[in-house]
Order: sequence, then C-alpha cells, then structure tokens
Amino acid sequence: MIQDFLDIFDIYLLEAVLNGILLGGVLALLALGLNLIFGVIDVVWICYAELIMIGMYAMYYLVTVFGFSYWLAAPLCILLVAGLGALLHFLVIEPLLASPPINQLLATGGVLFFLQSFATVAFGIDFRNLGIRLPILGLGDMHFSYARLLAFIAALFGMVAVYIFMKKSYVGTAIRAIAQDRQIMVLMGVDTRRIYLITSALGGSLAGLAACLLVLQYDVHPFIGLSIGPITFLICVLGGLGNFIGGFVAAFVFAEIISLGGLFSDLEWGYVLAFGFFIMMMFIRPRGLLARRL
Amino acid sequence: MNTGAARWLAAAAALVALPLVDRDPYHTHIFVLILIWSFAYTSWSMMGRFGLTSLGHGGFMGVGAYVTALLWNHLGVSPLLGVPLALLAAGALALIVAYPCFRFRITGHYFALVTLALSGIVLQVITATRDWTGGSLGYTPEAAKGSKFLALQSSDKMTWYFVALVLWAAGLLVWFWVDRSMARHAMEAIAEDEDAAAAAGVNVTTEKLKITVLSALMTALAGAVYCQYQMFISPDTVSGIAVSLQMVFAAVVGGLYVALGPTVGAVITILMAEVLRIGFGTKAVGWDNLIYGAVLVLFIIFLPQGILGTALQRIRARR
Repeated sequence: MIQDFLDIFDIYLLEAVLNGILLGGVLALLALGLNLIFGVIDVVWICYAELIMIGMYAMYYLVTVFGFSYWLAAPLCILLVAGLGALLHFLVIEPLLASPPINQLLATGGVLFFLQSFATVAFGIDFRNLGIRLPILGLGDMHFSYARLLAFIAALFGMVAVYIFMKKSYVGTAIRAIAQDRQIMVLMGVDTRRIYLITSALGGSLAGLAACLLVLQYDVHPFIGLSIGPITFLICVLGGLGNFIGGFVAAFVFAEIISLGGLFSDLEWGYVLAFGFFIMMMFIRPRGLLARRL
Repeated sequence: MNTGAARWLAAAAALVALPLVDRDPYHTHIFVLILIWSFAYTSWSMMGRFGLTSLGHGGFMGVGAYVTALLWNHLGVSPLLGVPLALLAAGALALIVAYPCFRFRITGHYFALVTLALSGIVLQVITATRDWTGGSLGYTPEAAKGSKFLALQSSDKMTWYFVALVLWAAGLLVWFWVDRSMARHAMEAIAEDEDAAAAAGVNVTTEKLKITVLSALMTALAGAVYCQYQMFISPDTVSGIAVSLQMVFAAVVGGLYVALGPTVGAVITILMAEVLRIGFGTKAVGWDNLIYGAVLVLFIIFLPQGILGTALQRIRARR
C-alpha cells in the first residue's frame, strides 16, 4: 500500500521536475530579451510583457481572423514585435537617454498602461485563444503538453541563435562591446544610436518569439502582461540584471520551484514560494545568483 | 496676521465648507476618493522625491486594507486595533524588503524591480489564499452588528469627507515635517552620492530605512481607510503593480518635489477618469488608462517636474 503510494508519488514528482524544465526554457527566453536590453542600453523595459501581449494578439488575429497558418503568422508576429521594440526605443527611450535611469523606467511604465488599455479598447477584455488544441504526450505514466515541449525547443533555438549572432556577427560584437563600455565605443567610431536600435529590435523579436510560443498555451487578454511581467523581472534580478548566464540559471531555478510548489498545492502557491525564495536570495546574494559575494 | 497664514486659513475653511455647500452625494464621494488617494500618493512621494523609486507601494496598501478587513471578519478585531496591527504588518514587510536592499546598496532600477516583486508577491498571496480573502473576486468587511464606531464604519459620506480631510492634512504635515528635518538633508545627500554622504557621517542605511518605513506605514493607512470607506476591496484596486504604477503616475504628473504635487496629480487623474466614465459610459473602459499612459510618457520626457512643480518654478522665476 505504502509502496504503491511512493511509486505514484515519484512519477508525479518526476513529471513536475520535467515540466519545470520545459517551463524554464520559456522563462529563460523571456529573461534573455530583458537582459539584453538592460545589458546594452542600461534601461529596464517595464512594459516588456505588454509587448508579448501585443504579439499574442497579433498571432490571434493573423491565425483566426485572417486565416494565416501558424507557421506563416509566427515570423510576421516576430517582425511586428521587433518593430515595436525599435519604435519604443526611438519614441520613448532615446529622448530620455540623458536623464536619470529611473525616468526611463517610469516612462516605460507609462507605455505599460498605454499598451494595456490600447488592448482593452481595441480588442476588448474577452479571453481569446487560437483554438489550436495540441495533443498531450504520454511518456510512461507521465503527461506533457506538446505545446510546452515545442515552446521549450523553440526557446532553446532562439537563445542559441542570439548567442551565435552575438558571438559571430560584426553587429553582435559591437553590441557586446557597447555593453562593456558605453563611452569608449563612441570614440572607436561605433554608431551607438544604430546599435541601440538594433538591440531594441532584437529584444523585441525575442518578445515576439515568446508571444508565438505562449499563445499556444495560454489565452490572451489585455492583462496577461501583469502575470508574465513580474516573474520575468524577478528572474532577471535573481540572475543579476544584464547577466545572461545568471538569467538562464535563475529561469530554471524559478521554474522548478513553481512546478514543484504547484505539485504540493495550488499553482499560485508555487508562485508565492518562488517569490519568497527570491526575497530570501536578496539577503544572501543581492547582486544575483552568480555574482561574487561582496 | 501675515498674508501667507491668511491664505492657508482661507484654503482650510474652503475645504471644510466644501461638502456643506455642495451636498450632492456623488460629488462628496469623488472628494473623499481624491483625498484618500492624495494621501496615498503623498506617502509615495515621501520616498520618491529622494530618488527611492518604489514600485512596491501597491503591496503596502494591500496589506493595510486586507489585514484590517481580515482581522475584523475572521477574528472580530475592531479596526481600532486592526488598523494599527495592519500598519505594523506593513512596516515589518517594509523592513524585511528594504533592509537587505539598503544594506547591500540595491539602488536605482534594482530597487524599483525588487519592490515591484513585492507588489507582485502581495497580489499573489491575496489571490492564492482565496479561501480567506475571496481571491480576485474581492472582499467585503462585514457590516457592523453592534457599534458602528467600534467597526469604524459609517454610511454617511459627510463623516468620511472629514475623516479623509484630516488624513490628507496629516499627510501634508508629515511631508512638511520631513521637509524641515535633518532627515531631508541627509536623504538629499544620499540621493546625490551615497559614498560621499556616508563619508560625511550620514548613516545611509538607517536614514533610508526611516523614510521607507514612514512611507510604507502611511500607504498602509491609506489602504485601511480606503477599505473602511468603500467596504469593498479587491486585489486589483488596492494591491499589485497597476496600483503601484498609478501612484507613481499621479505623483509625477502633479509634481514629485512639491508638497501639493501628488494632490494635484490625484485631482487630475481621478477627475479625468470620472469625466471619461460619465461622458462615454462603458465605451470609455480603457480610454482613461490609455490617456494616462501616453500623458505619463510625455510628462517624463517634457515636464519631469510635473504640473505644479513647473508652475511654481515659473512663478518663482517671474518674481
């Protein structure tokens, strides 16, 4: 009897661990976009999750209203959100580059309100989904959603693509150089304005990719950003803002806490646990998981 | 009597007379809301003006409102005792989050993001404990069976107007008290350069903690009063990131560095929301925030001193 219980329990535990890894992939993708913007431009886009929300609506309209196939709509959505990212930089961040960083953060807070209410006005507050129901994969006695697996793989591909771009291309090298020293690069003849715009577009395209993946798993509504956003910020801070590898590790740590916490009680308690863990870590490693201790 | 004091007295008399002259209950309701929110925004600006941009005040407000209401409904603790307990809880929360932040020099966006996490946590805890708090559907303090005073409840809007007026005036007094204190000089030095301030003998961590806890207590009080007045709270109206940003927005629009700035911000934002709501009805859902958002961005770019701040600057320049 007890043996039976343990068998079942272990299967559930393993399932939760694996689901946590799958969730971690998407969270890592989210954190990467935000970290990229912060690392290079030294700005925090509070409205990052709202860009994702707009991307999810774009997917919804392209697929269900205009009848595009998912695979055709996805690149369009990525392009659209990349454009939005560049536009956000051009309209809001650029005029504020010289003012205190906190003003830039608050201005993107204004954009958050704007995009959220724009979605309310333009699309209404109904929950919408693509109506695509992907199968559930069974592995032994465990069940995984196909959408999560797809999201995990696509997120990994996206991250590898960004990594290669940053390491191999000329622009990528310039971006990394600017992240290291903002003043010197101007003297070296790098057009920071252009690099900032490219970085913003790149950050936007990562948000677009995240939108394509999340829309398969969640219904989109104007306030979805408020549920994605905070967790993304927590992961970035936990990993150390601007620290790509830290963000990656923190995403998986967080995903496991949420997934395992959710196993023992409600999913929300998983989140509460993760938040509690975050505060505890702020005591122990205030500069991020991978930072050297002060 | 000099003209300055006379002006203050005239303004105070006008505010006291306002609900007696304009007896429309809807108008009184708007006045009460403006006063309560002005108090909350002023509380936020106590920190904000020194460069401590907290996005966690939605959390403090939520703690103030929910702890008061939960103690009353579940344990029958009168808000007379419940409000101080709620303030204690909010103060403790502020200490727990702010101490490591200040101790380890978490400033700027880091501080904003950590506090942002705080409002997220409070929102999630309220939603997750839905068996007690009603979750996202909201929560209503039970109507008093016995003494209304013990329950701090009243259905008379006029009473609430005066309560809110006193609260708001007290908030301003605290603002002026800080403005004239040594703490202000210490905080300004810290905002300029923490190392230099520390070298000059300012205890950076303690000074920041004092102002943070003060601001958090006041915000929690605003939450508790809001809850007692509205008799309905939901996680979205008293906690979370949206409320935190709403505070920042109003304070920045009105003027972060002047005493009445947050009040001007509250008047503008609440009136705008109400006018849009009445003018356009349900069609206006979302439009108020759409305008808020755009205006906030424009203000931060073009008028970082806020409406009142800029106006006062112009007047002073002309003299």
